[in-house]
Amino acid sequence: MPYDPRIVQPMREELTRLGVRELRTVAEVDSALGDSRGTMLVFVNSVCGCAAGTARPGLSLALQHAAKPQQITTVFAGQDLEATARARQYFSDYAPSSPSIALFRDGEVVHFVHRHMIEGRSPQQIAKDLTDAFDRYCATVEKL
Amino acid sequence: MSGHVFHPGHSELHGITVVLESAEGLYIGRYHEETPQGVLLHDVAEHRESEGRSDFVRKTLKFGVRAQHPHVVIPSADVRRVTRLVDWQE
Repeated sequence: MPYDPRIVQPMREELTRLGVRELRTVAEVDSALGDSRGTMLVFVNSVCGCAAGTARPGLSLALQHAAKPQQITTVFAGQDLEATARARQYFSDYAPSSPSIALFRDGEVVHFVHRHMIEGRSPQQIAKDLTDAFDRYCATVEKL
Repeated sequence: MSGHVFHPGHSELHGITVVLESAEGLYIGRYHEETPQGVLLHDVAEHRESEGRSDFVRKTLKFGVRAQHPHVVIPSADVRRVTRLVDWQE
């Protein structure tokens, strides 16, 4: 059962104030992920304090890096249920977990950060994992 | 409060995905706590003998935990080793 939206709103805003685009409906997910050109990051947000509490700051740090995906999006697990389920269909080789982060390049998942790779790690460590992937997969893609 | 565990009073492994090796088998799941009945894991994948242990753990590291059980309790006396999934070595 979803949490009270008032409790979750600050967790949404922690990402949207960075310019991360929320995908809250199936149509919004399909519109974003259906376009397979270029690079896109999907952050599966979560209310879990243990992991999401470091994953969001980790993403924030990573987005200060020079190389980054052309599109940064998010779905909220446990809140926007249908949108999250739909997003997960685009990376169905990977078991669902939240928080988690998928990086796409031209429609293929090229890097995936599971919850187990976030737990117990600092925002700086999570950011390093992401920026290494950004350097590898996003630095050479021209802006669309 | 240790590490990034935000639930005071719980083990340092609380909320962490672990590999639990017991006398009976190998399980991967999210550590909750040790109770009088044993170690409680959530969202648990259980190793099957049809696959090597290393292959099972490596696959889980890459593709995530395919949970077969919402909860598993392993008697403490049967637990041989509990390791963070990301640190596991055979």
